[in-house]
Amino acid sequence: MAKTESTFKNMVLSLTLISLVSSACLGFVYEFTKKPIELSNLNKKLNAIKLVVPEFTNNPYEEMFRLATGDGDSLEIYPAKKDETIVGYAVNTFTSKGFSGNISMMAGFKPDGVIFNITVLEHKETPGLGTKMTEPEFKDQFNDKNPADFELKVKKDGGPVDAITAATISSRAFCDAVTKAYNTLQKGGMK
Amino acid sequence: MNQLQNFTKGLLKENPILVLVLGTCPTLATTSSSLNGLGMGVATTFVLICSNVVISLLAKVIPDKVRIPAFIVVIASFVTIVDLVMQAYVPDLYKTLGIFIPLIVVNCIVLGRAEAFASKNTVWSSFIDGIGMGLGFTIALGILGAFREIVGSGAIFGYKFINGDGILVFILAPGAFIALGYMIALVNKIKKT
Repeated sequence: MAKTESTFKNMVLSLTLISLVSSACLGFVYEFTKKPIELSNLNKKLNAIKLVVPEFTNNPYEEMFRLATGDGDSLEIYPAKKDETIVGYAVNTFTSKGFSGNISMMAGFKPDGVIFNITVLEHKETPGLGTKMTEPEFKDQFNDKNPADFELKVKKDGGPVDAITAATISSRAFCDAVTKAYNTLQKGGMK
Repeated sequence: MNQLQNFTKGLLKENPILVLVLGTCPTLATTSSSLNGLGMGVATTFVLICSNVVISLLAKVIPDKVRIPAFIVVIASFVTIVDLVMQAYVPDLYKTLGIFIPLIVVNCIVLGRAEAFASKNTVWSSFIDGIGMGLGFTIALGILGAFREIVGSGAIFGYKFINGDGILVFILAPGAFIALGYMIALVNKIKKT
């Protein structure tokens, strides 16, 4: 077969055809992977909620509601209930003060405002430095603390939090996200 | 050129990273650990093989003047497929590679092989070329990632073998340049002897 000439008609025709076939393929793959992607996102969140609040019997995902943060944004709150009594709130909080990009976290509070557990959902921090905020060594120091009398500030800023070596910015960002979650809960009237 | 040479040239003689020095942007950015490097390598290899095959099939049909946009459409489609499939089935790896998966579209290696090899050769040769180049890319990324992880954080494949921190600069971008520089020097030395 001879090489197709670069006439106007041929160019338009070939590009249109290639685009059509490609988009058809992509549409198919999109449909095919839509369910698994949703499922994996849902599982990721559900697992995170299970990690950060005490044992519950309801489906926090269905009872999710949003609370305004006060600076024009809102956070997703997942109430955890055991036999109709609230045992904790999982707050999907975030901060834009990370070393590189946003950090998304799930912070769990008991009804009295004490932090139960925290887990990091997504971040782009420096591997080996900022990534240490996902490790128990750093994040477990927040557990069982009440932000009312445990100021969420790193030692460099006069607070009680042990920052990660060489990753003060990431540590500050972590505190910022937890503070935001706590303040939002407080303001929303959840004690 | 026989098919064996065609395959092995990507491994050392024309290794895309270490000899052609193509696609250094994702190389430097994703090799902060051995797993990330390998994951990126495998994803790129898949795109490379598929795009090489499809482009060598279409080479005669595509008019010369619009070949680059046509190649890009083909490559972008495969990259999007990889992106969606990874998001669905390996969410953890997808999370760490993040933006660099969509950026395979503009990876010089993929377009470079399409333009320089696949559009002028048979489907079978292009397929072999894709595997060879992809493997060369993956191996280079794997070694670079493993080296940076060992020196930088004292771990391999996520398992720490020293207490405390390594030489932190190797985890950061400047360390990638240093490590890649040494690797290229080493390969030059090997090639000369």
